[in-house]
Amino acid sequence: MNAYLICFWAILQREVLRFFQQRSRLLSALVRPLLWLVVFAAGFRSALGVSIMPPYESYILYQEYIVPGLCAMIILFNSMQTSLSMVYDREMGSMKILLMSPIPKSFLLLSKLIAAACLSLLQVVIFLLLANLVDVEIPWWGFIYAIPSVFLSAFFLGALGLILSNFIKQLENFAGVMNFVIFPMFFLSSALYPLWKIQESSLWLYWICQYNPFTYCVEMIRFALYGQTNIQASMVVLSCVLVCGWVAVGTFKPKK
Amino acid sequence: MSITITDVTYSFKAKPVLSAINLTLNPGFNVLLGPNGAGKSTLLSLLTGQRTLQQGNITFADYDITQETRAIMGQLGVVFQQTTLDLDLTVLQNLTYFGALHGLSAALVLERITPVLTQLALIERLHDRVRSLNEGHRRRVEIARCMIHLPQYLLLDEATVGLDVDSRKLIIEHIRAIAASQKLTVLWTTHLMDEVIEQDPLFILNQGKLIEQGLCQSLLLKHQQSSVFDLYRALTQPQGLL
Repeated sequence: MNAYLICFWAILQREVLRFFQQRSRLLSALVRPLLWLVVFAAGFRSALGVSIMPPYESYILYQEYIVPGLCAMIILFNSMQTSLSMVYDREMGSMKILLMSPIPKSFLLLSKLIAAACLSLLQVVIFLLLANLVDVEIPWWGFIYAIPSVFLSAFFLGALGLILSNFIKQLENFAGVMNFVIFPMFFLSSALYPLWKIQESSLWLYWICQYNPFTYCVEMIRFALYGQTNIQASMVVLSCVLVCGWVAVGTFKPKK
Repeated sequence: MSITITDVTYSFKAKPVLSAINLTLNPGFNVLLGPNGAGKSTLLSLLTGQRTLQQGNITFADYDITQETRAIMGQLGVVFQQTTLDLDLTVLQNLTYFGALHGLSAALVLERITPVLTQLALIERLHDRVRSLNEGHRRRVEIARCMIHLPQYLLLDEATVGLDVDSRKLIIEHIRAIAASQKLTVLWTTHLMDEVIEQDPLFILNQGKLIEQGLCQSLLLKHQQSSVFDLYRALTQPQGLL
């Protein structure tokens, strides 16, 4: 096998092995969105009605509305955990081993990003299967159609996490990432409520949500789950993939 | 296959850490001796490309570290002062991962490491998680790992610090043996004087300066000292303290 393929496969295998060995990470990756789906969505179901809007062809339950947002949330958390694992690797020294490889740094980092995206994809698929058990009906072909959208979103958010890891000096600083990156990105998007609802209550919040690239990840996944393509969202996410991927690889700092 | 360090000066936040280092490491077991904070780890991080050269030049045979880093990395085996193993993976998974980063298949890695791990009395721990190993065993895994890609150069940064006498002896004898049998250029950095023998080429670093270099026995004669300990003390400690 080609040296590059061997290397890519090993990085992918390591990330998957580490993920399954850290049981609490696996558990929290699934429990968090399920809590939102089962508890939060059930509570807000009567308060928030969602009228007909693309890609939905009829009135839908709130549970169904937030599923794409929760898929994106899984990706967001996993991507930020990837940045955390980069900081961990840097602190523990295993980053040195990665960078002692004769294979180009850019290839190694891209492999890491692809591995993280594959993990996100795996978690989203498991979540969607579990969501089906609580009466959220996603067509089976929606699963297949959503794969590229989930993968692209995961790659973009992973690259963003990699850029952030340059600024995180210690593992303890991850709480800052939670407060200043994950929560604002998630809440200031269309993950929990449609943008027109936000527009009704606050115009400036609406504009922030419009400029939040995470909104486009959510919308791209939402349309894909019903076999449709949101061209605008796909273009925005694709641009983010290219820009963040390039910046992440170019600016990566291997040292503390 | 020599390593040549020419006029290397390195500062960290305007504080000089290394000053005009000039030395040549020839094939065999070379010892870089110096107290804590002398600049040994900084020099090693420059040799491994972990830090960027600010001044001077480092070449591995014909390869310049600033120009041909990747080619050098393919020939370089390193054991860092801090453990760099993945604690959540098994010994075998750690080794195959490292091999794969050098483009080697798992089967080839297993074939290469089996005799080394047998020699280092670790073969029975192959499927154990690194987290369950003691410090001595982790070091042995790192020693085995740095040989997987058949390097020409070995750099070991305080590889025996914190280990018991038996583990230290096993590791240093193993490295001396492979340096001789495979004609490797080994740089062994340490502050432990009992690891130096009279036949070793010795480089003494203190406060960022290379204060003496040469064959250990020649240096003992030159400075009229009877042991490495006395030589080291005479060279590194201020007269008033002696």
